[in-house]
Amino acid sequence: MPAETGVTTHVSWPELAEIVGKEHLSAADTTDAIDGVAPQMVAEPGTDEDLARALRWAHGAGLKVAPRGGGTKLGWGNPPASCDLVLSTSRLNSCLEHAWADMTVIVEAGCRVGDLQKALAEHGQRLALDPLWPERATIGGILSTNDSGTLRVRYGSLRDLIIGITVALPDGTLAKSGGKVVKNVAGYDLAKLFTGALGTLGVIVQAIFRLHPLPRESRSLSFSGTLESLNQLLLTIQASKLTPTGLQLQAEQGSAQLDIRFDGTAAGIQAQVKQVQQIAGSVPGADAPASVWASHQAIWGGAVPALVSKFSVLPAQFAAVCAQVERVAEAQSLAWKVVGQSVGAGYARLEGNEQALRTALLTMRDQVARMGGTMVGLGCPVAVKRGLDVWGPPSDAQSLMVRVKQRFDPDRTLNPGRFLGGI
Amino acid sequence: MEAGILNEFRAIVGASGLITEREELSTYECDGLTMFRVLPLAVLLPTSTEQVQAIMRVCHREKIPFVARGSGTGLSGGALPVANGIVISLTRMNRILDVDLTNQRVIVEPGVMNLNVTARVASDGYFFAPDPSSQQVCSIGGNVAENSGGAHCLKYGFTTTHVLGLEVVLPDGSLVHLGGQTLDHPGYDLLGVFVGSEGTLGIATKVILRVMKKPEVIQVLLAAFNSTNEAGAAVSGIIAAGMLPAAIEMMDNLAIQAAEAAVHANYPNCGGLLLVELDGPAPEVETLMEEVADVCTKCGAWEIHVAQSDAERARVWKGRKAAFAAVGRISPAYIVQDGVIPRTALPQVMSEVVRLSSEVGLRVANVFHAGDGNLHPLVLYDDSVPGQDKLAEKLAGDILRLCIKAGGSITGEHGVGQEKKMFMAEMFAEPDLETMQLVRCAFDPENLSNPEKIFPRPRLCGERPGVYEPHPLEIAGVAERF
Ligand SMILES: Cc1cc2nc3c(=O)[nH]c(=O)nc-3n(C[C@H](O)[C@H](O)[C@H](O)COP(=O)(O)OP(=O)(O)OC[C@H]3O[C@@H](n4cnc5c(N)ncnc54)[C@H](O)[C@@H]3O)c2cc1C
Repeated sequence: MPAETGVTTHVSWPELAEIVGKEHLSAADTTDAIDGVAPQMVAEPGTDEDLARALRWAHGAGLKVAPRGGGTKLGWGNPPASCDLVLSTSRLNSCLEHAWADMTVIVEAGCRVGDLQKALAEHGQRLALDPLWPERATIGGILSTNDSGTLRVRYGSLRDLIIGITVALPDGTLAKSGGKVVKNVAGYDLAKLFTGALGTLGVIVQAIFRLHPLPRESRSLSFSGTLESLNQLLLTIQASKLTPTGLQLQAEQGSAQLDIRFDGTAAGIQAQVKQVQQIAGSVPGADAPASVWASHQAIWGGAVPALVSKFSVLPAQFAAVCAQVERVAEAQSLAWKVVGQSVGAGYARLEGNEQALRTALLTMRDQVARMGGTMVGLGCPVAVKRGLDVWGPPSDAQSLMVRVKQRFDPDRTLNPGRFLGGI
Repeated sequence: MEAGILNEFRAIVGASGLITEREELSTYECDGLTMFRVLPLAVLLPTSTEQVQAIMRVCHREKIPFVARGSGTGLSGGALPVANGIVISLTRMNRILDVDLTNQRVIVEPGVMNLNVTARVASDGYFFAPDPSSQQVCSIGGNVAENSGGAHCLKYGFTTTHVLGLEVVLPDGSLVHLGGQTLDHPGYDLLGVFVGSEGTLGIATKVILRVMKKPEVIQVLLAAFNSTNEAGAAVSGIIAAGMLPAAIEMMDNLAIQAAEAAVHANYPNCGGLLLVELDGPAPEVETLMEEVADVCTKCGAWEIHVAQSDAERARVWKGRKAAFAAVGRISPAYIVQDGVIPRTALPQVMSEVVRLSSEVGLRVANVFHAGDGNLHPLVLYDDSVPGQDKLAEKLAGDILRLCIKAGGSITGEHGVGQEKKMFMAEMFAEPDLETMQLVRCAFDPENLSNPEKIFPRPRLCGERPGVYEPHPLEIAGVAERF
């Protein structure tokens, strides 16, 4: 992999040590590499200001910087064109203000999702999102990757929950947008811009979220059947007056199931369970353990080389996507599995050799695009990534996106090459 | 305006789509905030995306600033024309293009009225959730630009939650698609940035909306309190009990009087009136409604009533939605403000408002989206009394400062527009505003699209060319450069 710059030989690292503290700057080891691209150093600043100063210093020194939270999703995206310094948010890990009566929280980017949820639960509240690997993933990380889970059906994704953000830009600017009130249209919504930007515009140092009450009671059911019948059931449920907080379709070779979750008062849940059983008709749903809602995470696990791609289609197209995945998998002799949420987004996992995975990704992506959807090779062995853009083909908004990147990070200091179309 | 350019415009939109007569232009000189008025050079009424593009290409070539306009109901001067520019009115682009109820999507042109979306899907049991009080007359394009809210946004979210995709003409006339029918489009969430950008980043020519299924049961409760403080305590109690009502609205005595005078909503005459709407499965609504009533009683409600029929529910809401206009019945003139505060700051901010209003000697009527802390203080004044308009303006401004001080915002749904741009510098620090303007410079480096709005000072978008560095994919010949 050719490096973008060759400046890294004359770097004065002691200057950075001065900014972040000697004990918080260390030499990188192999575990710090991103898709095989090894940084030289890892810095862990202890305050927003220090992080901004460190970033500014790195930018001034012509270094390429990879921001890092829990490191759970560093493999997402294209391999970086170059990486000299990992800027870790691990010490920016406090929950700064839980205004429980206002149902908002101000939290630092390095706070782990699980830790935040624990603190919020003390007042019966939560961030209504169940992203991947909450015990390790940080707020900054889930924001930058726009991760979401099964609660999305009811509460939306991070863009619907974040109400304020503070970011550090490569020139050292610390900027805020939004605030700590739920309703606020003053100025541009930079929180949305930075959500899903994969750390290519700036480093998120703080976020403010609206919160929701923890459910009083919860009950889940699973239905089994053919893929087509379950997709139909999903649409019928969506068109009904039921208000599930989870509605998920799972499919693999020879089996499929639909999971549904109701939260609320005991009486409300009971009535809805009765209704959904009526809707389902001859094949009643069986009570399901809470662990069915970890399926979107379980699909990432496994020893053999695998490709986990994220797809997004219309809810009515689920069965069709699964059929495509199955066809492609069979053609390449790959094992497959799909877990999708009723909003139309999901993961498809394929297992097998790298050449086959690569062909499969390209074929599936084409087919999903023909359906009007998108497919991204998120969990992708490096060998599979070579020579392709995991994000898929750029849209007609690509040059606008590049202009945005150029305004925020004109010298491509941050995560160069990892994002769509080489951004 | 030069005859040559006018001819060019006429060739694009036809003679009936071009307005240049002073008399007719004056219809467009202001929006719902009538204290600012500017006559544009011309108004163009395109009927297609291609026409919008053609107009904007001319504007770009000639450096003519333009202002998009929907129905002109905005309350912050967002659609206020610029003197040396044109207005592009989207009212003739008012077709509903596609309805896909299976996937809960509706595609519309920007000139479609908000309520017409719901009207189109209601017979199938669906609705479009954002419900500004002006929904009978305001356009989807305006809603997108302002990220408009409404009473039911407490539970369902604002316009931005319900817009999945946009077709946008950029200020140079090029066409881009942001978001789409499906979620999570790869790349930056420019859709999220465009919604709420008040017409400063380009013009939306197609909008993909999400519609929702109507809940099984909807019930609204009215509770009468002696004061807004008591009513406010009830709001906190409801939230603390872990409920998320569809809407919680509050009115003070002056606002109640106005609403009564205008639409006879049958509200109790009290110091603080709460409307709480719950929706969902019937048994759930039933249980929670009892809890809401309990909380209200504990907080001092002396009359509690649950609207029994759809007709009664409609009347209750009519009073609330008519509140702004109704204030005209009790005052010759008034200013509407739109500040937001953390819900818990309500008692303290309200008592400050009372203090300020008595100091100045002007009445303030209060209508709130109480659930999310969005205040709509209405500062009443008499425009025939010299100087009173200035006093009212100052009082309205001081109320916004209270909101900022309480950790809130200067606008919850009406936008910054022309009216509140000076307050942006009080709410945000310079680096915040500079950073926001980076977005503007990426979309509109020439500053042509609704210039002079939102920001206290325009930023000069000097080129900041990135150092050209070929991406490995590019070298490999796989991906094209940017
Ligand atoms: C009585 C009354 C009650 C109201 N109640 C509410 C309420 O409850 N909640 C609320 O949020 N608002 C409310 N409003 C404010 C107003 O109705 C909303 O802001 C509405 O969304 C404006 O829509 P419009 O079509 O009138 O837009 P306009 O006023 O014409 O324009 C508003 C802004 O949108 C821009 N714009 C318009 N169309 C486009 C387009 N296609 N592309 C890009 N930019 C565009 C304009 O340039 C301008 O900046 C109320 C107004 C009135 C008069």
